[in-house]
Amino acid sequence: MFDVSLQSLAAQLLVGLINGCFYAMLSMGLAIIFGLLNIINFAHGAQFMVAAFLAWMGFAQLPLLLGPAYQINFWVALILAPIIVGALGVLLEKTLLKRLYHLDHLYGLLLTFGVSLVLEGAFRHFYGISGVSYGPPELLQGGVDLGFMYLPLYRGFVVVASIVICLATWYLFEKTKLGALLRAGTENPKLLQAFGVNIPLMITLTYGFGVGLAALAGVMATPIMQVNPLMGANLLNIVFAVVVIGGLGSIMGAIVSGLALGILEGLTKLLYPEASTVVVFVIMAVVLLTRPAGLFGKEK
Amino acid sequence: MKLKGFALGLAACASLPSLAQVSDDVVKIGVLNDLSGIYSDLSGQGSVTAARLAIEEMGGKVLGKPVELVFADHQNKPDVAANLARGWFDQGKVDMVTDFPTTSTALAVMEIAKQKNRVVMPSSGLATSILGEKCTPLTAQWTTNTYALAAGTARALVKEGKKSWYFITADYTFGHSLEKDASEVVKAEQGTVVGASRHPFPGSDFSSFLLKAQASKADVIALANAGNDTVNAIKQANEYGISRKQVVAPLLTYISDVHSIGLDKAQGMYLSEAFYWDYDEKSRAWARKFFERQKRMPTAAQAGVYSATLNYLKAVEAAGTDEAKAVMAQLRKMTINDAVIRNGKLREDGALVHDMLLLQVKAPAESKAPWDYYKVKAVLKGADVYPPINPACQIASK
Amino acid sequence: MKAVPAPIRILLALLLPALLVPAFPELAYPVFVMKVLCYALFALAFNLLIGFTGLVSFGHAAFFGWAGYTTGILMIRLSAAGLPVELAIVAGVAVAVAIGWAIGSLAIRRTGIYFAMITLALSQVAYFLAVQIKWTGGEDGMQGIPRGRLLGFIDLGVDSHMYYFTLAVFVAGFLAVHRVVNSPFGQALKALRDNEPRATSLGYDTDRCKLYAFMLSAGLAGLAGSLKALVLQLSSLNDVMLSTSTEVLLMTLLGGLGTSWGPVVGAALVVSLQNHLAALGGVVTIIIGLTFIVCVSFFRRGLVGELQAALKRRTRIREQHEQHRPEILGSPGEQASSV
Repeated sequence: MFDVSLQSLAAQLLVGLINGCFYAMLSMGLAIIFGLLNIINFAHGAQFMVAAFLAWMGFAQLPLLLGPAYQINFWVALILAPIIVGALGVLLEKTLLKRLYHLDHLYGLLLTFGVSLVLEGAFRHFYGISGVSYGPPELLQGGVDLGFMYLPLYRGFVVVASIVICLATWYLFEKTKLGALLRAGTENPKLLQAFGVNIPLMITLTYGFGVGLAALAGVMATPIMQVNPLMGANLLNIVFAVVVIGGLGSIMGAIVSGLALGILEGLTKLLYPEASTVVVFVIMAVVLLTRPAGLFGKEK
Repeated sequence: MKLKGFALGLAACASLPSLAQVSDDVVKIGVLNDLSGIYSDLSGQGSVTAARLAIEEMGGKVLGKPVELVFADHQNKPDVAANLARGWFDQGKVDMVTDFPTTSTALAVMEIAKQKNRVVMPSSGLATSILGEKCTPLTAQWTTNTYALAAGTARALVKEGKKSWYFITADYTFGHSLEKDASEVVKAEQGTVVGASRHPFPGSDFSSFLLKAQASKADVIALANAGNDTVNAIKQANEYGISRKQVVAPLLTYISDVHSIGLDKAQGMYLSEAFYWDYDEKSRAWARKFFERQKRMPTAAQAGVYSATLNYLKAVEAAGTDEAKAVMAQLRKMTINDAVIRNGKLREDGALVHDMLLLQVKAPAESKAPWDYYKVKAVLKGADVYPPINPACQIASK
Repeated sequence: MKAVPAPIRILLALLLPALLVPAFPELAYPVFVMKVLCYALFALAFNLLIGFTGLVSFGHAAFFGWAGYTTGILMIRLSAAGLPVELAIVAGVAVAVAIGWAIGSLAIRRTGIYFAMITLALSQVAYFLAVQIKWTGGEDGMQGIPRGRLLGFIDLGVDSHMYYFTLAVFVAGFLAVHRVVNSPFGQALKALRDNEPRATSLGYDTDRCKLYAFMLSAGLAGLAGSLKALVLQLSSLNDVMLSTSTEVLLMTLLGGLGTSWGPVVGAALVVSLQNHLAALGGVVTIIIGLTFIVCVSFFRRGLVGELQAALKRRTRIREQHEQHRPEILGSPGEQASSV
């Protein structure tokens, strides 16, 4: 079990890092939504999936409907999909989610869980379960030989892009005035409202932003995973664990735990692969019992 | 006077030999499969259509009684399947149940069918466990099984000189079964198994396992999984440039999977199937009828449902009854030759031994039309690729 | 003589038609009704925790499934050697209580969403064990579980015999829950649900109450699981999966949290839905999702809860009308008790 070469180990760690980037991006959206809005957005995985499908639809189906000039390539999708899905998130928040703020966390969770079922069921009904194919954009096809492994260019792009996005978001929320405003608004909304800040608008936009992050991750995932209705649900289990471990409200926590767990999962796949899904839950349980606020979070 | 005549008439009626005993005056076929989940593309509504085509081919009647069709979604859960089947048998007058992607559902229903004396004909339920310890005399595993699929591909590849194998296996009974069956064949042909990795089922990212397989430098990376797992693994193998130096061999693929992967990524792969729509004129003619309704070409599983239903009805006709044991006896006497199954004989353990196809995926340039995906490399005789009767199967060891 | 509380009155009213079910198999397929009864018991157990103690568990499938596996393996391996079915059921319940103790004692150290997340994580571990441990049969599951003989001579293989036994166990379970809820322990739980700090200040050992409630709920869920394994003669990975935990949550929510009959109504609806829409495939998921959304947004009290509230409103209006009439003397009578 332990006779792995250094080369093999390095390759697996890199793969783990790549996965960790996805976990980090997805968990960040969840962490923002929970940390600032106290909502547990179970629909995060489904929103991720919808964005992936939109990217594919723009690429494969729109030109069939409107003509080849209307094909939406990867880079455009990267901007359009988060806007569309983010807008849908805003719609959800304004109509249904808003009504549950005064209640226990549970209800928000159940509502978003219901939304995820509806979205997954609908896409399954129309698109089947096998999913559809979507290749990386031409600029990023092919790969580079790193010696210990052959790294597909697109995956390298994912690492770089997600780290940039994660750091930018963290900076926005922790270091800018806007971020300070958002954080103050959730701690003491009445006071801020007295100062003329439109709290409900802020909340809505924050939710939209969090969902937009999930959508961004979704578009970035399309060249790697088969676009299928269950792609989000499979990831969501792990992402939830990541967010809990990192600290339910902490953005930096989500980023660091996402990356760390990706690497840990990679190592487990190397040494005891059957356990690679359950190891995350064991860690989650341990963290919850010893430091429920997570590694970086504050007790709520 | 009138009473005497009446009594005589009654006596006469009673003494007439019962010509055709059809239970409940109807022959009902049940298609039990996954209509919405991971196996809905390879079976799903397509199987229902296939069964319908078979019923229509028989004129909708058998022994003067109507033939009816029911279907339901077992969601790949054995308890849902068991419940539905029980209801169908107790109240629904169903005589034969078919399809069953996900072997555990087949096993669950086989158990109940044994108690209630009904016929079970799995088409997409492929694990060899159906022919082993849990075999029943009323089961006919119609389309193929994991051993036959693996044997064809494995033998062909080892003969080409690809002797060292690495398995990437889905960590559940079905995956293990595929790996075990294929390993047996590889070793029997003097090949070697250099390693194996088990991935959680269902998986989504196979990078780690593919890299391990690459590091092993095996000639063949065999995928002991199915559906989305196979599709994703092949896509990712392409990404990492693995497919250029090592042969990626999926052990269970349907044409619907190749459709999802795309010829550019799947080209050159060897695989076995029980049926290919473009094999000959007979299969093409039937496939076209299927295409008219489903707008997709039939998978082997769906074609199997057609053949199973058709031959079941023919057996009922020949046996003069829909009583399960009599129909099974009749099926065992028949040699099956239709648009789907060639040279088929039903064995005592329930395996329908018939010709299999060794196929290679075409390059995009070689494909002239949608669904024109395969080159037929060889026709494999059933006796060569089917497993021997498992001694654990009680009914066959008499 | 004390008036019979409403939930018991309803139970008695439903008992007669329930006893007649095996006589009319075309109207009500006995195996289907048995399945409903098992899941209703499961939902009642779950409601004990969420409705009356205020604790949300995402891992109840662990108790339901593992009890089923235990009873199943004992019956498969030992019933021919003479193991009584009653003992197999007791063993299943014991295993469920043990797992309940294990998960509960860890989970109660935290509250609210953290509590729920711990139950989720630990039940995933229970699922992992079910996959890895050989004798559960993996995803083939355990088939052909023999039903055995009750009291040594009543053959439970006959559907009608099994039905009466299941009905009896359900009634016993229902009465047990009713008893607990209306006992001093039950009052303590409700106090805990409504305001934990105050309950602690009043002297209740809240941690111990929670653990006992958790173990009780686990045991009853286990009873439901053992029963189901015998009814359907099948135990599979599905029973320990997360989806079963969310299913029972849906049943309880739909029927009405904190009511006596809500979980039963919810269970009946969800099981029927899954059964009758089996031919529709993906649409079932959409319908379940919509049900969650509608319930949580507009119907938070659940069907029975809303019914209760509507009845209370009418009683209150009637009382107000009556109070305006000068001839009425004395109190308007006891409050409408919860259904």
